[in-house]
Amino acid sequence: MSAPSKARRIGVPLAALAALLVVWQLVVDLGFVPNFLLPTPVQVVAALVEDAPLIAGHCVVTLGEAAAGLALGVALGFVFAVLMDRFETFYLAFEPLMTVSQTIPTVAIAPLLVLWLGYGALPKIVLVILSTFFPITVSLVSGFRSVDPDAIDLMRTMNASRWQIFWYAKLPAAVDQFFSGLRISATYAIVGAVIAEWLGGNVGLGVYMTRVRKSFSYDRLFASIIVITALSLGLMKLVELAQRVFVPWKRAEGKHNDR
Amino acid sequence: MTAGEKNVQAPALSAEGLTLSWDGEHIVVADVTVDVAPGEVCCLVGRSGCGKTTILHALAGLTTPLSGRVLLHGEDVTGRPGRVSYMLQKDLLLPSRRIIDNVCLPLVLTGMKKAEARAKAAPLFERFGLAGCELKWPSELSGGMRQRAAFLRTYLMGADVTLLDEPFSALDALTRTDVRRWFVGVAAELGLSALVITHDVDEAVSMASRIYVLAGAPAAGEPSHVAGIVTVDRVASESFELTDEYLAAKREVMTLLG
Repeated sequence: MSAPSKARRIGVPLAALAALLVVWQLVVDLGFVPNFLLPTPVQVVAALVEDAPLIAGHCVVTLGEAAAGLALGVALGFVFAVLMDRFETFYLAFEPLMTVSQTIPTVAIAPLLVLWLGYGALPKIVLVILSTFFPITVSLVSGFRSVDPDAIDLMRTMNASRWQIFWYAKLPAAVDQFFSGLRISATYAIVGAVIAEWLGGNVGLGVYMTRVRKSFSYDRLFASIIVITALSLGLMKLVELAQRVFVPWKRAEGKHNDR
Repeated sequence: MTAGEKNVQAPALSAEGLTLSWDGEHIVVADVTVDVAPGEVCCLVGRSGCGKTTILHALAGLTTPLSGRVLLHGEDVTGRPGRVSYMLQKDLLLPSRRIIDNVCLPLVLTGMKKAEARAKAAPLFERFGLAGCELKWPSELSGGMRQRAAFLRTYLMGADVTLLDEPFSALDALTRTDVRRWFVGVAAELGLSALVITHDVDEAVSMASRIYVLAGAPAAGEPSHVAGIVTVDRVASESFELTDEYLAAKREVMTLLG
């Protein structure tokens, strides 16, 4: 089977989305679901436009928390991954702990963080760090380990230092998996920030959502979901862009495979 | 090689009575002695699992033998990596570096500036059949070209003795024949001494002037040893692979392999 054309790759999912929206609109318009429970797509868009300036203000805060948390999470994940790769004891000590830490529900620790760190940006950033650093660490560690041991032997016969082996062989070998991890972390970052705001704070998309929910403005609630989705997709796209810039050899491989 | 000849010129590479083991208990290779004269291409041929790569690692200084020595131009280099250059069946080009930077790697690793290393490597691309490939990524090259690049990188390691582990076995048959012939030509021109380690009798006979035949079954508790040395009568021919001399050497090697 040949790959679908670009027009089909874009057109088919768009048509499906349009069909879904029409069905949604009709379900409410024809009275199958009462309007006070479910706003129509048209009402959601209207709410989004109407509240745009307010949402934009909250958006900036959420995005700032997510970006700061993601940057720190990546940095921390990198340090952990390098230490886990370099020292076996460190790996044995922290690998199970990290796995266990991922089973703790975010909604359970977010209120604790608010309790410990206050209502400001700090607990949000900490929650984002906690939820983003794991995918980064795991992807980097397995990336470092994916390097061909023969390549390391070859570099040893060239008298390469440990640092040179890391820089020339291990780090590039991990770059693919790193970006997969980063894409996941990027979505976790937005969601993590929103959850932390939801559970305590004065500003941010999560706070906006709790307010409109309490006033039963479900159209605005849906509008904020659209914004969060857009932010997550945008951040993922940004990661893809960074991958294209920082991993030029993958583009060459793609071209070669197409031939 | 007789003792008299040895005094005239020390072998480029010699292994004296190498006994090797993976775990310190089970002997994989017992008392193997190999000499490679300056400018000579020798082969060490043996079945899969007979300890060829173990020998290669010891010769490259990556492991230390239980007993025996590795000499490079008479100097003891046992257990010291970085003295001979080294090439495997896998080209091991770094996918993240352009071809020129891949071949420059041994120079850059010794602290040479990137621009200086590139300037040193660039004139060699033509001789190694790589003209025009300088700025390509490894993934853009065919298997044969990648092995040429790997060989150029090996050459730039600067050692005059090269170890090759089944260097061209992964290539398709026609490319393999071409690249082997090309390799022998370049090695002769550059005056390289090389030891090719392989399980492929054809690879051995088509490249080497002398073939050490390794026999044994380490997995069954029978350490490998050198069963015999076959001298190949290399005749100048467009298709050496079809001559009687070639077939005679191949027959002799296969008899020794058992």
